[in-house]
Amino acid sequence: MILAEAIEVTRRYGDVIALDNVSLQVAEGELVGLLGPNGAGKTTLASLITGVRRPDQGRVTLCGGDPRDPRTRKALGVTPQETGLPATLRVGEVVDFVAAHYPDPVPRAELLDQFGIADLAKRQTGGLSGGQKRRLAIALAFVGRPRVVVLDEPTTGLDVQSRRGLWDAIKAYHAGGGTVLLSSHYLEEIEALADRVVVLGHGRVLADDTVTAVRGMVGVRRVSFALAGEPPALPGVVAVERHEDRTHLLTPDSDALVRALVASDVDFRDLEVAPTSLEEAFLAITKEPATAAA
Amino acid sequence: MTLALVHARYQLLETIRIPIALIGSAFFPAASMLFFVVPFAGDDPVAATFATASMVTFSIMVSSLFTYGVGVADDRSQPWDGYTRTLAAGAGPRFAGRILAGMTMALVSLVPVVLIGALFTEATVTPAGFLLGLGTVFVGALPFTLMGLAIGYALPLKAALVVCQVIFFPLAFGGGLMSAPGQAPGFIQAIAPYLPTRGAVELMWAAVGDYPVRPLSLVMLAVWTVAAGAVAVWAYRRDEGRRFH
Repeated sequence: MILAEAIEVTRRYGDVIALDNVSLQVAEGELVGLLGPNGAGKTTLASLITGVRRPDQGRVTLCGGDPRDPRTRKALGVTPQETGLPATLRVGEVVDFVAAHYPDPVPRAELLDQFGIADLAKRQTGGLSGGQKRRLAIALAFVGRPRVVVLDEPTTGLDVQSRRGLWDAIKAYHAGGGTVLLSSHYLEEIEALADRVVVLGHGRVLADDTVTAVRGMVGVRRVSFALAGEPPALPGVVAVERHEDRTHLLTPDSDALVRALVASDVDFRDLEVAPTSLEEAFLAITKEPATAAA
Repeated sequence: MTLALVHARYQLLETIRIPIALIGSAFFPAASMLFFVVPFAGDDPVAATFATASMVTFSIMVSSLFTYGVGVADDRSQPWDGYTRTLAAGAGPRFAGRILAGMTMALVSLVPVVLIGALFTEATVTPAGFLLGLGTVFVGALPFTLMGLAIGYALPLKAALVVCQVIFFPLAFGGGLMSAPGQAPGFIQAIAPYLPTRGAVELMWAAVGDYPVRPLSLVMLAVWTVAAGAVAVWAYRRDEGRRFH
């Protein structure tokens, strides 16, 4: 069964086209990653599926119904943005408020325990750390025992340990048959969780494929080194940047590039190979229209 | 219905945790009582009663306009509002919860006005008149609640604040809230019946004293209520929270 679907959806804000004829299907039990740089349209797509906004054209369904209808949303769990928690309310109160909207909510103590914030129940949310707020925000998506959850950038700005903890919670929900649509601009996060990934860029679907296939497409690495003078011509370079005396090369195949660099016999120093952020990868790829047209 | 109460409860909790907001809405009417009513009309039972009724109406108007106009616009600027739209509650419970919470706050902000009227002036009211006046509070609050909601849902926070500040003053003076019945300057007598404040205050005067309500004021009160309601519903429907994320 299809639990969330967008059919040829277009959404504008004034003159800006946020989504341009986007179609997407999420079947029951799937964990789909929505990947794209900031401004790609991820949040807008999430807001259409969660019933916050209406598409200008096209149709959106959630569990077979209209997401604008509150009854349809009884089966939906959503994460508020971390900055959006009401600062004066206590953690327990926020959970109770959200729980009041669902017929069979998870008991408060159980939920807080699952997300490792049981000891914070009496604290006002304004006094929580960024990581604690994130945990609470994600916990809220699961209060109502949803059939489908939409998580928009769930772990942005978290340290590695908290991130892994939250990933485990999302995995556990998915293992129990839950359906997840997860947006992120970290490829790493999508890789850790999703089976399938939809890549958005400039409001269009650039790719809808397995994680491995998309990884090959956007898995661009940055090879950087200090070098006096111009770098030699090297294979597989999609972008060149120079900052002061350092040269940065973006490439899908860093191994081949480094071999060629060593073989070229130039006098480089401080070689570094690092994964790029998705944003960099996208910038590099969209400069090369042939690569982006997947 | 339960959801409306849930929403009202958490709205009130949020307000109460920042008590200065409460003082703000109670201060202006209470100060007006102390500066204008107590020294000028305090010794005359009839004038003091009418003047207190005027200040009660004034207080309802100000707190409704600001609670809903500024309150809603402020909420809409918060990401939490976008989140609550994804919860399984439609417009009904959220609207009702907000109005319940707003009414509670309005009643609380009336307490100082009524206390000053009772303790420092000769204003008097029969128990029946008091209850009738209490009921009139809800009727009189309706058009201003709807106006506030219309402003709050139609405008961004800064604009909503300015609009509320700009309109409450002419509404108060133009409607004759600052003068005793029949004592307002001529041009105010002429425009007053066409403002919603007039219908509201006439109902209040009639509830607590001997005052014949003018049909024109009541008809205009109804017109304002319907018009403000229509704008509020329109603004609510077109609202999708913040425009950009």
